[in-house]
Order: sequence, then structure tokens, then C-alpha cells
Amino acid sequence: MNRVAITDEAAEVVSKIREKQPDLIFHQSGGCCDGSSPMLLPAEDFYLDNSDILLGEIAGIKYYMNQDQFDYWKHTHLTVDITSGRGASFSLEIPLGMRFIIHSRLLNDKELDFFIAQ
Amino acid sequence: MSYNKPIFKDTYGNFINGKFVPPIGGQYFENRSPIDNSLIAKYPRSQQEDVDAALEAANTAKKAWGNTSVTERASMLNKVADIIEANLEEFALVETCDNGKPIRETLNADIPLSADHWRYFASCIRAEEGTASELDQNTLSLNIKEPLGVVGQIIPWNFPLLMLSWKLPPALATGNCVVLKPAEQTPSSATLLMEKIADVFPPGVLNIIHGFGPEAGKPLASSAKVDKVAFTGETTTGQLIMQYASKNLNPVTMELGGKSPNIFFNSVMDQDDAFLDKAIEGAVLFAFNQGEVCTCPSRLLVQEDIYDAFMERVVKRTKAIIQDNPYDLNTMVGAQASNDQYEKIQSYLKIGIDEGAKVLCGGNAAKLDGDQANGFYIQPTILEGHNKMRVFQEEIFGPVVCVTKFKDEEEAIAIANDTLYGLGAGVWSRDAHQLYQIPRAIEAGRVWVNCYHAYPAHAPFGGYKKSGFGRETHLMMMDHYRQNKNMLISYDKNKLGFF
Repeated sequence: MNRVAITDEAAEVVSKIREKQPDLIFHQSGGCCDGSSPMLLPAEDFYLDNSDILLGEIAGIKYYMNQDQFDYWKHTHLTVDITSGRGASFSLEIPLGMRFIIHSRLLNDKELDFFIAQ
Repeated sequence: MSYNKPIFKDTYGNFINGKFVPPIGGQYFENRSPIDNSLIAKYPRSQQEDVDAALEAANTAKKAWGNTSVTERASMLNKVADIIEANLEEFALVETCDNGKPIRETLNADIPLSADHWRYFASCIRAEEGTASELDQNTLSLNIKEPLGVVGQIIPWNFPLLMLSWKLPPALATGNCVVLKPAEQTPSSATLLMEKIADVFPPGVLNIIHGFGPEAGKPLASSAKVDKVAFTGETTTGQLIMQYASKNLNPVTMELGGKSPNIFFNSVMDQDDAFLDKAIEGAVLFAFNQGEVCTCPSRLLVQEDIYDAFMERVVKRTKAIIQDNPYDLNTMVGAQASNDQYEKIQSYLKIGIDEGAKVLCGGNAAKLDGDQANGFYIQPTILEGHNKMRVFQEEIFGPVVCVTKFKDEEEAIAIANDTLYGLGAGVWSRDAHQLYQIPRAIEAGRVWVNCYHAYPAHAPFGGYKKSGFGRETHLMMMDHYRQNKNMLISYDKNKLGFF
């Protein structure tokens, strides 16, 4: 069971970017403007510590979210998708004219039990 | 009355060292209007080398600019204000085309307010003085404010010219040179401004580079040739910029958004009068600027004993919103700024409903006819639920408000503060005690009391908690762009006697 998944189309974009930069992470942003979206970043760029929760791995990339944001998100399952658009942030897909977005659904009872037990 | 899409050139350049230059690598990106997804123009897809050229120009200009008299600097800021004002309609049209917001907003808010922020800081820099303290009979402590040098600024797309006009005037007034990167969704009004004011400042003082965050924003934010970075945006990029600044031990200011509560106490309905009418409008202000405001009042908190009656009127007023062609003067709500925002908002509407929120009105994308059929429109939406839902906790940045009830003052404050952010809040009441005590209990940098969404120069704006730090639109912002030189002067002719 996983908390986070990725569509084939989004995974393809990740693979394309990884050809040039193999070591990447996703970090879930919050706040203004382009917030509430996943940011694809060079792994060495972003300082991670105990306050970042590892939600899972998608398309070979670790997906992180800050603990205090996770407290409000933990009952939901996330699917990373890709759409055309012009985001403003440091996320690496932006020069391609595309933007990662999140689709969410509620975790079902079985999934909730599984993650609570972890 | 309705306007038409303004005329643009095919391509635009970066503004570096007092003139427009093409990107060194020759790459451009297409900028489209969210009103109808039509092409506006091509703008430079700048890279590290373009940023370096802009920073070199700024660093070359900084010594002379820092020594320019405040009289001259203030005069130049006032000239910019005059030019914006003299071309108000042209700026308003370009802004509406680029961002998707209705023309009545750009004509009456974005552009006039932009001019005022330039004038405000022109006044501040003339009026302020340093300090001098006589520490003892022979010792004087003198404080002189000095510019930092070169400032990097990265601004968002929700109020393109206005955010530029919040950021540039305090930095320029205090004697800094600037390299500013507009958001890639909205490069047009910054470019138009540079065309109009190209000769106002000495070359290199003000530089504008266009491009994408990872290619142009990152080199600007991480450069050792920058002495400070000011950023408005989201939290992950905020953290990244702070990390880059830490490598250079540079100061930063951050404005990172919010999830602002708008609280209505039962006394607002004591009478059916002009004030109640104002309060209803205050609740509906969530739809202002399509909800693309850092301080969007996106959590509506209503006291339980007036809930049904109050919400009936709020829903009715929301349903009366005219959402149409943004170039039409009657239109109140226009297009979202880009397709990815449009998709993101719809994704939030879905998770809100999945979590059990009830749709009181709206709830879908809005389909417009004609040219606007290809644009990005969302119906003004009211979701009823509780504060632990994700739609109550995350900035949706669309015309979507989430409403919940509270029992008493204590519960109102608890819900208001149960958020990661602390940028804005609204408090509405006829009770004089509540009007002071509730705002004091709310953890936010700006609390509107019996009003909302006013952004005058002269009232400081900035966040608590994860909304960031720094206070803009006020003279206190000037100290975020300055060093303090303390001269400690001895008038004693006698030695210390140590050696």
C-alpha cells in the first residue's frame, strides 16, 4: 500500500528530466500562488531533516512533505499528475511548459488501518 | 462598455543596464492570455548568463546610485508614479490580458494603487532622519542608514504591476540597485513599465529579467553578487531561497501566503442596515481577484445563532456575481491566471466534496462562450464543512471559500489559529470589546476589522508563522533594504590610559 502514486504521463516527464539530472526529489509545497503543488527539485538542493516526512517513492523519486503539513494531509492518498501550464516556482518541469499537480482521494479503512499500524 | 485585447509586439527583451536586450542564448517562451488562451508575445527564456549580465550592471551602478541624493531618488520615484497614472488605461488593459482579472479591477485597484506605492516611498525617504545619541559628555553615537547594494526580487503573478510596485520603491528609495524577475505567467506589465520609464533611472539601477524559476530565478536567488533577496510565493521555494541566502549570509524577506479566516460575530445581524450589507459583501470578497490573493478570506467563520440567516444572504450575493469577459466593465470575476491553477482548483473542489463538504453554490468550472470558451474560469464556490478538512487548510488560490460555524469567542479564536499560516484575518462585529480583543488574539500580521481586502500604502503588510516575515507597503520595509552604520565618535582629547 502507498500514500502516493504517479500517473504514467507524469512518470514519463520525470524520466525525461532524470536523463539530465538523475538525483531528484519531490517536495510538497504549501502557501501562496503556486503552493499546494509538488515541486521536483535536485536532491542536493533541498535541505531535508526530521521535520520532513517521506510519503513514498514514485517513478524512482522520493516524495517528501513537511510534518506540520502532513498532519492535515495524512488521511488522503495523493496521485501526481501532469498538466500543461505555466507555473512559477523552481520546480524542474516548468521550462517544459508543464506542471505537476496533485489529485487526492480519501484513504479507505483498510489503508488507514495499515498506515496507523506502521 | 467593453475593451479589446491590447496590441503587443512579437517579442520582448530583458531590460538590463538601461536598455532592452535579447536573451544571450536566444531562447524565448510563449506567454498566453488566460482569458482565451491566445498568444500575447514571446519573452526571454533567460539563463545564468543573462542573470549575470543584469547583476554586473547593477553592481557597476550601485556606488553612484547609493550616493545619489534622496531628493533626486525621490524625484525619480515620483516620475514613475506620474507615468503609471498618465497611462492608467494602457497598463490596466495589459494587466487584464496577461492575468485574466476583470478590467474594472485593474482600472480601479491594481494600477492606481501601484502609482501610490511609488509616491509613498518617495515621501518616506524624504521625511525620515537618522538618530544621534550623546552617550556621555564626549561620546556621540551616530546612526546612518546605508543601502545593502544589489537586491534580487522575485514576484508573483496575481498582481503583477502591484507586486512590482510593492517591491521596487522601498529598495530603490533606500539607494539599492535591483534585479527583478517577474513571474513567467505575467511578464507584460513589467515590460510595459520599462518601456515607459527607460530613461528615468541611471543605467543599471533597475534591471528586469524574464524566464523560468529553475533557469533564471535560481541563479538570481543564489548569486553571491546579490546582497538580499525578497520573495513572494510558496513555502518550498521560500525554503530554497533561504537556503541559498544562508550560503551567502544574506538577509531575505518572505511573503508565503495564508489561509485567512474571516470571522462574523452574531451582532452583525442585530440590524438590517448598511453595515450588515457591508458585512455580507465582506464575506463574498473571497471571490475578489478570482481568489488569487495571498490573503484571500478563504475560511469563513460564522457564529452559529446567525449562521442560517447570514449564509442565505452570502449565497444569494455570491450567486449574483457576474462572471464574464474580463474586458467588459461589468464583469466582477474573470479568468484564473493559468491552466495549471485551473486544474489545481478543480482538484481541490473534488477532494473537498470527497471529504464531505457540502456545496452551497458553484462547485465547478465555468464555461464561457465565444472567445472565452478556451479560457480558465471557475464558478465562485462556497463549501460548507469543518476546519480539519484539507480545503480549510490549504491555499486553493481560487474563488472558493470554506464556511464553518463557531459557538463563542473562544472557539472562533481556536479555529482561526488552527492553520499553518498567519498572513491575514477579518473580524466583523458591532461589539466594541470584540473589535479589539479578537484581533489581538489572532496570530496574523494583518487583521482587518469591519473591513477586508484594503491594501493602502502606509499600513504594514506581512505574515506570522509559515506566512513569512518582513513588512511591506510601509516605511518599515526600508530597513529590510539597509545596513545601519553606527559611527561612535569621541570628542575626548585624553587617552584611555591602558597602554
